[in-house]
Amino acid sequence: MSDKDVLTGEHFIHGDAACAEGGLAAGCRFFAGYPITPATEVAERMARRLPQVGGVYIQMEDEIASMAAILGASWGGVKSMTSTSGPGFSLMMENIGLGMMTETPCVVVNIQRGGPSTGLPTLVGQADVMQARWGSHGDYGCIALAPCSPQECFDLTIHAFNLSEIYRQPVFVMADEVVAHMTERVVIPPREKIHIVGRKKPTGNPGDYLPFDSAGPLPAPMAVAGDGFHVHVTGLTHDERGYPVITDVVQERNVRHLVDKIRDNAHKIISVEETALEDADVVLIAYGCTARVARQVVEDLREKGLKVGLVRLITIWPFPSDLIRRLADRVKAFVVPEINYGQMAYEVERAAAGKAETVLFGVMGGSVHTPEEIEDLVMEYL
Amino acid sequence: MNPTMDPAKELMSPGHLACAGCGAAPAMRWALEALGPRTIVVMPACCWSIICGPYPHSALRVPTFHTAFETGAVTAAGIRASLDMQGLQDINVMVWAGDGGTFDIGFQALSAAAERNDDIIFVCYDNEAYMNTGIQRSSATPAGAWTTTTPGGKIRPKKNLVEIMAAHRIPYAATASIAFPDDFISKMTKAKGIKGTRFFHVLATCPTGWRIPSSHTVKLARLAVYSRAFPLYEVEDGERYTITVHPRDLPLRDYLEPQGRFRGLTKDQIEGLQEEVDRTWNRLTRLAGWSS
Repeated sequence: MSDKDVLTGEHFIHGDAACAEGGLAAGCRFFAGYPITPATEVAERMARRLPQVGGVYIQMEDEIASMAAILGASWGGVKSMTSTSGPGFSLMMENIGLGMMTETPCVVVNIQRGGPSTGLPTLVGQADVMQARWGSHGDYGCIALAPCSPQECFDLTIHAFNLSEIYRQPVFVMADEVVAHMTERVVIPPREKIHIVGRKKPTGNPGDYLPFDSAGPLPAPMAVAGDGFHVHVTGLTHDERGYPVITDVVQERNVRHLVDKIRDNAHKIISVEETALEDADVVLIAYGCTARVARQVVEDLREKGLKVGLVRLITIWPFPSDLIRRLADRVKAFVVPEINYGQMAYEVERAAAGKAETVLFGVMGGSVHTPEEIEDLVMEYL
Repeated sequence: MNPTMDPAKELMSPGHLACAGCGAAPAMRWALEALGPRTIVVMPACCWSIICGPYPHSALRVPTFHTAFETGAVTAAGIRASLDMQGLQDINVMVWAGDGGTFDIGFQALSAAAERNDDIIFVCYDNEAYMNTGIQRSSATPAGAWTTTTPGGKIRPKKNLVEIMAAHRIPYAATASIAFPDDFISKMTKAKGIKGTRFFHVLATCPTGWRIPSSHTVKLARLAVYSRAFPLYEVEDGERYTITVHPRDLPLRDYLEPQGRFRGLTKDQIEGLQEEVDRTWNRLTRLAGWSS
């Protein structure tokens, strides 16, 4: 059975299918989902594939249930994931907060479409990136990855699982409709070439175990029910043992830990692709399908001898503030094409801190930028 | 007998975006024929969000409110309250939801509205899966049916939603079929005259998802009733059961075999499903005090 989880070889599949295969290769054995365009194909593939590897697919009654079920499965001791799109992502928000508060590893794939509300069910958007960061109430750290190809849908879903195990929290794969419905070559490497982070179990005396220890740079290993350790999981403010302590003192420790475990390790988590930055006067900041267009822009303008570079965000959260800050000292402008009315552009502007101009090129959804229109805008700042 | 309808006065116009042979299209025609123009339609996400059509295909001549998937019944409850306080009691507020927006994601809101006896008509046009996203199972999908998320056939039977709604002690709950428009329209006309939560469960044939020719829509809807897979009845005040259309004694096989979604069923499985239909029918006739 187990040889079917990693389909080593070359495939011609879309991004949704690649997300599902990435999950399976990472060891995901539980998927709870609810049909929603343009993410349904992830669930459909999981419905067929999970029984082949001894896993379980459940179709839930809504996205609230999907998110809650994957938290439950994770605490049952199994790697778990779900997939959705805008309206479903909104419904998941309360339980995403529960996952953050209870430090529960799992992966949420959001295939972004045009919003708000029902918006453009079948067409592309990138307007959930701030929701991924701030969507559930309260403070917490966020890890979100933005694949720009079906291959990256596979690779980054595995990476998301690894990060979720290391930092013990839900991790988002923030794909978009174009990347998810695009069919391209996807290479699935041999099993031994795929880096998988397994779930660390506590060792030692159960009396000394602190399941929500906040002392170290990383969260404690995660015991689940039946491992011989006390397991008390709550969305209430809790101490290191996991028991509710409803005081400002413990709240201070609890929340700082949830934020700092990502903030303090951001340099290890952040991943970007840098193109032609060394002498660039204008730098494009792009992610997801928009980054593919931005690559073309850099190629076209460099051929004309114009000094244009690209920072492709692979992690959108945490955001590479230090890199932008350094670049801001020497570039004239950042141009941010994104399929929303300005979301990551604010983050770029914040990091640039007025040292270089930040120029948003937003389209509201349903189409991607053309290289030519971005090139015209870039030329204004060269 | 088919109703005589004046095309000039029909509240659903041609040129809508339903698939060829969609059972949910005539269902809307029969419902609006009974309710008339002073009706507001509330629609959660469902096939009808598409059927209703983008401009210039918009197919409804009554005010329509598209709401979030999980909140059909409660959006309607808000509309009702605002109409009532303005003295507009004569306006019908009809929720028009698919099986997902009724049986699954919409169920909490529906149950809450029914418990409060909110003065709305809730119609579930049930095509027995998430057809709009490409045929995924719902809790209205019958046992044995193939969908893309039950590739080996669904194991559990569908919820009996009319009985669940009747258990809320609402004044009126009924099943209806596109193949029996006279029964459909007379039930809807009756419901129009009742105050409180009124619930309709309509079987809406789906050629795309059921894997049948689009010309067989009405035929399959009729077979569902005649084989007792979908009996037509009503429940008043949660207790008075009345069977409104006499089924024929057709074997369930006659209804299942023409449908591609049941192609994987073995003879034994069909016999098992027949036993389930018999059990449900016997229970219904007992409740209705009815003997054939």
